[in-house]
Amino acid sequence: MSAPRRQGARESRVSARGALLSRWQQHVQTAADSLEKLRRSPGNALMTIAVIGIALLLPCALFVSVDNLSRLGGNMGGASQISVYLQQDVTDSEALEISEQLLTRRDIDAVRYISAEEAAREFAATSGLGDVIAALDSNPLPGALVITPSDVSTSLSSSLVSDLESLRGVDSVQLDLAWVERLQAFLGLARRASTGLMGILAIAVLFVVGNTIRLAIENRRAEIVVIKLVGGTNAYVARPFLYTGAYYGFAGGVFAWTLLAAILLALGGPATELLRLYGSEYSIRGLGATGSLLLLVGSTLLGWLGAWMSVRQHLSAIEPR
Amino acid sequence: MIKFDNVSKRYPGGHQALDQVNFELNAGEMAFLTGRSGAGKSTLLKLIMLMEKASQGQIFVNGKNLGRMPADRIPFYRRRIGVVFQDHQLLFDRNVFENVALPLQIEGYPRHEADRRVRAALDKVGLLKKEKMMPITLSGGEQQRIGIARAVVNRPQILLADEPTGNLDPELAAEIMQLFEQFNQVGVSLLIASHDLSLITRLRHRVLTLDKGRLIRDADSGVPGAAGQEH
Repeated sequence: MSAPRRQGARESRVSARGALLSRWQQHVQTAADSLEKLRRSPGNALMTIAVIGIALLLPCALFVSVDNLSRLGGNMGGASQISVYLQQDVTDSEALEISEQLLTRRDIDAVRYISAEEAAREFAATSGLGDVIAALDSNPLPGALVITPSDVSTSLSSSLVSDLESLRGVDSVQLDLAWVERLQAFLGLARRASTGLMGILAIAVLFVVGNTIRLAIENRRAEIVVIKLVGGTNAYVARPFLYTGAYYGFAGGVFAWTLLAAILLALGGPATELLRLYGSEYSIRGLGATGSLLLLVGSTLLGWLGAWMSVRQHLSAIEPR
Repeated sequence: MIKFDNVSKRYPGGHQALDQVNFELNAGEMAFLTGRSGAGKSTLLKLIMLMEKASQGQIFVNGKNLGRMPADRIPFYRRRIGVVFQDHQLLFDRNVFENVALPLQIEGYPRHEADRRVRAALDKVGLLKKEKMMPITLSGGEQQRIGIARAVVNRPQILLADEPTGNLDPELAAEIMQLFEQFNQVGVSLLIASHDLSLITRLRHRVLTLDKGRLIRDADSGVPGAAGQEH
C-alpha cells in the first residue's frame, strides 16, 4: 500500500492557528535577520548609534542636573521659614490662638511662637546689646510666629503669604530666604528648557534614524522589488526596516545611558566632596531605575517611529517596473 | 483563466505598447507569446502582473477585473501567479533554498511545511543538491531553474514567463521548456513570452503573435508561416 497522500495541505493554504504561529515565526525571523544585518556592518551602525546616543545624552544630563539641584534645594528648603511679626497689643493667648488656627492649614508644617519677652532675651543674648534692652522702659520687640511651610516652592507661589498678611493682629510678614525663591525660579526655567531640548533632540533622533533607514531602503531596492513581485505586502517589506529603526533607537539609548553613568561616576565623587564642605550630606543621583527604563523605552520608540516615517515616505515609491 | 478584452496600453510619452488586444487563455492551457523585441510581449505580462495598468479595455484573471483591484489586494493577487524572468530576479545575498522559500515566507507558511515545499520544488528542477549554494556560483541555466522553482513553490494556477530561455543555449532551453510542459500536465496554465521561434514550433502549443502592439495571429499549434521559413 502506498503512503497516504496529504490532500489537506495542498488545498487549504494556511490555517488560522498556523497563520498566527507562522506570523510569530516570521517576526522572530525578521527581527533576527535585521539584527544580523546590523552586526555585519558595525561601522555604519555605530556612527548612527553614537549620534543618537549623544542627542539623547544632552537632555538626560540636563534632566539629571535639574533633578539633583531641586532635591538639593528641597533639602535646604527645610531651613526656609516665614517670620510673621505680630502687633504690639497681641497677647500671648491671642498669639497661640492664631498659631493653632494656622496649624490646621495643609501648606504649613510647623508654627513656633516667640513671645516679645523671649525675643528680647534672645536678642540680648545673641547681639550683646543686653544692656541697651534693659535700659529701655518697655520691650520694643514684637511677638512673632515662625512658620515652616510644608513645601517651599508652592508656598511661595500660593496665597500663603497674602493670607498671613491679612490675618488679624499681624503687623508684617517677612520671607527670609529670597534665594530659595530664585533657585525655584531658576529650576523651573531649567526644567522647561530641558523639556524643550528633549523635544527638539527627539525630532533630531527621528531624522537621524529616518535618514539611515532611507539609505538602507535605497541599498535594498532590488530586493524590495523582487519581494513585491512575489506578493510581499508593504507591511512585510517594511518590517525589517522598522526592527532596524527600533534597534538603532535602543542602542542609542544604551549609549546615552552609559555615557551619562560614566559622567556621573566621574563627577559624583568631587561633587559629594564639595557638598560635604558646605555641610550637606547630599549625594548625586542618576536617572534611577524608572528614568533608565523610560530612556530605553523612549529611545526604542523614537527609533521605530523614525524608521516608520522613512518607510512610509520611501517604500511605496519602489514598485516593480 | 486570463481574458484580454480590447486592451490597449500607452506609456506616458506616447509609446503605444499594446493596441486593442483580445484573447482568452483557458484553465490548463499552455500558450506562447511571440513577436519581435518591442512588440509588446513584456508589457502584456506586466499588465497581468499588475506592474502596469491598462490604458483602455479590461483584463480578467480568474474572473476578477484587474482594473478594479484595490492596491492593497495586489500582493495577495500576485501570490496566485508564478512569474519567471529572463534575468531571474534572484536575491544574491541569500542561498538557493532561501530564494525559493521567499514566496512561502511572505505568505507565512509554517517552517516545516515551507521546507517540504521548497525541497519538492528544488527536486522538480533538479537542484535539490545545491540548496545551500549561493546563486552567483551557479550557471545561467541553474539560476533560471531557481527562478522557476521559486515561481512554482506556492503552487500557482497560472505561470507566466518572460523570455525564460533568452540567455540559454538550445539544449538548456529545451530542458526548461520540458519543465514547463510538465507543470502544464498537472493543470497549471502557462503563458510564455519568447522570440525563439524554432523552439516554439517544435512544441505544439497555442501561439499568440504580437506585432507593434497588435495581436496579429492566434494559431492553435505551431507557427506555420513565420517558422516555416526557418526550417
